Amino acid sequence: MFSLEGITNSINTWLNHTFNPTLALFFEFVIVGLSVIGLFAVLGLILVLMERKVSAYMQIRLGPNRVGPGGTLQTVADTLKLVVKEGLTPEGADKFLFNLAPFLVIITSMLVLAPIPFAKGFQIWDINIGVLYVSAVSSVSVIGVLMAGWASNNKYSLLGAMRSGAQIVSYELSAGLSIISIVVLTGSLQLSDIIASQQNGWWIFKGHIPVIIAFVIFIIAVTAETNRAPFDLAEAESELTAGFHTEYSGMKFALFFLAEYVNIFIVCSIGAILFLGGWMPLHIGSWSGFNHIMDYIPSSVWFIGKVFFLIFVIMWFRWTFPRLRIDQLLNLEWKYLLPISMLNLLLITLIAIMGWHF
Amino acid sequence: MTNEELKIKLTELVPSAVFEEGGEWITAFVDASNWKTIAQQLRSNEDFKFDYLFCLTCIDWKTHLTMVYHLTSTIYRHSLIIKAKLDRNDPEIETVSDTWRTAEFHEREAYDLFGVKFLHHPDLRRLLLTDDFNGYPLRKDFEDPVNMIKL
Amino acid sequence: MYRQTEILSDHTKSSPLEGDLEGAGDLVINVGPQHPSTHGVLHLVITLSGETIKNVEPHLGYIHRSIEKMCESLSYRQFIYVTSRMDYLSSHINNHGCALCVEKGLQIEIPPRAKVIRVLMDELTRLASHQLWWGAMAMDVGALTPFFHAFREREMINDIMEETCGARLTMNYMVPGGVMYDLHPDFQKRVKEFVEEFKNKIGEYDELVTGNIIFQNRMKDVGYLSKEDAISYGCTGPTARGSGVSCDIRKLYPYEVYSELQFDEVIETGGDCFARYLVRMQELRQSLSIVEQLIDNIPEGDFQAKTKAVLKLPKGEFYSRVETARGEFGVYIVSEGGTTPYRIKFRSPGFSNLSTLNHMAKGYKIGDLVAIMGTLDLVIPDIDR
Repeated sequence: MFSLEGITNSINTWLNHTFNPTLALFFEFVIVGLSVIGLFAVLGLILVLMERKVSAYMQIRLGPNRVGPGGTLQTVADTLKLVVKEGLTPEGADKFLFNLAPFLVIITSMLVLAPIPFAKGFQIWDINIGVLYVSAVSSVSVIGVLMAGWASNNKYSLLGAMRSGAQIVSYELSAGLSIISIVVLTGSLQLSDIIASQQNGWWIFKGHIPVIIAFVIFIIAVTAETNRAPFDLAEAESELTAGFHTEYSGMKFALFFLAEYVNIFIVCSIGAILFLGGWMPLHIGSWSGFNHIMDYIPSSVWFIGKVFFLIFVIMWFRWTFPRLRIDQLLNLEWKYLLPISMLNLLLITLIAIMGWHF
Repeated sequence: MTNEELKIKLTELVPSAVFEEGGEWITAFVDASNWKTIAQQLRSNEDFKFDYLFCLTCIDWKTHLTMVYHLTSTIYRHSLIIKAKLDRNDPEIETVSDTWRTAEFHEREAYDLFGVKFLHHPDLRRLLLTDDFNGYPLRKDFEDPVNMIKL
Repeated sequence: MYRQTEILSDHTKSSPLEGDLEGAGDLVINVGPQHPSTHGVLHLVITLSGETIKNVEPHLGYIHRSIEKMCESLSYRQFIYVTSRMDYLSSHINNHGCALCVEKGLQIEIPPRAKVIRVLMDELTRLASHQLWWGAMAMDVGALTPFFHAFREREMINDIMEETCGARLTMNYMVPGGVMYDLHPDFQKRVKEFVEEFKNKIGEYDELVTGNIIFQNRMKDVGYLSKEDAISYGCTGPTARGSGVSCDIRKLYPYEVYSELQFDEVIETGGDCFARYLVRMQELRQSLSIVEQLIDNIPEGDFQAKTKAVLKLPKGEFYSRVETARGEFGVYIVSEGGTTPYRIKFRSPGFSNLSTLNHMAKGYKIGDLVAIMGTLDLVIPDIDR
């Protein structure tokens, strides 16, 4: 059946035939770079439109439906508008840091896309410390946030950036512990190994209760890490200001905006890979007939389906729950989520050693 | 307490009170100079217990100003109106904002619109109009040829 | 009302050499006048120490229209409709209060049909006002969806009002003596449909917002107002009833047909934001039951008592009070016998409720300030007049 592996293999062989290996490698770099940037653009388009439509239907209204058939070209129009806007730099702002911050945030998002397998064999860089790499590189975006808040020369931006920074750093701990639970069960940090270990069933089913707890904590922690409601105090519109990106306008603001949505995609895809099997179809133990039927659906469709399901859940949170106050937010992490995830990790280690999972 | 009983008790407390006839509640005129003690008595005295000041206003009678205080007791459910005559050129009266906290804002409004000075008010500033406004609009002799349209 | 705001407080300048500077490094920020969560044009100058509020100072007057002075040149039939523009969410109730005052002065007897129509309109207005409050309160705290749900039900009331009174917001319907026109023939049917629909939806409101643990954590133990303070500050309405003060005018000084109706005065003793929130949610149910009791028993007859074309109140003073959605609305008319009042004072509920804001918000955080203002249910044109 249809598999993206075939395409990548054929491009590889054709390049190696036509040019010498170094040049072929260079061309592959260029192709990968362009497709990542293209993926970014397409993802931004789709996710912003999805957010607007999902929120509209939850609020008994229609959302954008004029630009393009059913409103699909709305984001294109928005991007054009942002591109032609005047990019203001406030007086007294630290010009170098002010201009660097959005690029830092975007670059870290792009880097994290490297080890993610979009389909069977369709991975940019299958590094053997895949999960650790993702966790580490995504932490670097905090620097970009703090840079933006500081360099804006605006006390409200600084306040918002400080809050954001504190929030992101705290919730990384719980997210990290949930990720480690799966690593313990799998025995490997490599993303392709983690997916391969879900050949006979996704971890959320195989690992029963402790893995479900880890999953719930993971979803809460990543919602907080990406500054989404109900944890969006840093950019709450009905409180003070728009947080660390108040002073940004035009293309730089578009980069922050885009980076936020791509971050959501990235954390949802990590969640899908670790807990829901990534591109692995739904297999149940040794029911080979059932498994064979499930294999007919291409792996890329499985992956996209799972990731967008998780994205929908995170969007659902935003339009249902009120906002947490900053002290309640940090309380939740340090007093509740962190102890629970540590105990959960011990439990999962016990299960892994005794072989009490399916 | 009924109106008659209130009248008797009030005359005991303030012998110089002058009562106005008519209206559903007792209306008493008191001296502006000992208003503070009377107010404290009205609040704390066991017979009265007027703890709720629900309306504080001022009326401009062209020759003098009158302060009007509407009081009621949430315990006995009786009501009273206290009035005090003030000199038009230099209207001053003691504040009651430490007795009834609601008076703080109401007195600022009366100062703003009528020019009544409330002695010992914690923060007597204009409330509704701009800080640099000239004049007291709700007085009957207030003229503003630009903004006021006379029908 | 315009003053230059010092960003850092003056304490830092006065005592530079003292060790422990009280007030040093206090931040003074402005909230408003244009701001998504002040419902109207209210300017707050907040002194913060870190995230904790030390002082809140409201600056009023941005929508001061000198209504009291205007009414001195309007006739007794005309001044009633100016009050619709004060608290525009309880416009019927405000007009009712003014009409009652004029009727007290003229000693007019109102026909029973007019009384029942007035009470029905009042209670529908109270329902609409509380629905809007609920939506806006949830939006301030961060839940953006209940706003749309609240307006969906409110639209039904607006449509009913539009059919009978001709307008959706400032319905000039009450006159001294009764109401201006008779009810629309479809009125009973539409109100019955609304009552059925709303009874189902009110459970949804509770499920979506009241029972939500995040919402409860934002509202519980925030903005405490004790009973003595509520009385001293002159609070009325749900603000005071949330602190245990019994002050419902409909029960204490009944007017129209309220003495014959079966409804409870809702009192909670918590004193915090959540108690005030629960009071208003319960009031929604009570108003709904009042509407149900009355809608089938509207007596026949005149909708307006016969009055002269030009009204002249006798010399004297008259005070009447009604219970609006926000508290006690008092109308104090001083008349010299002419066709226009000599002095009118409108005792608005929001004015006294706002004065508690500084007292309630001290020591809490900025996020709590938004929750407190939401539960006070301020409508600024009512405060500024």
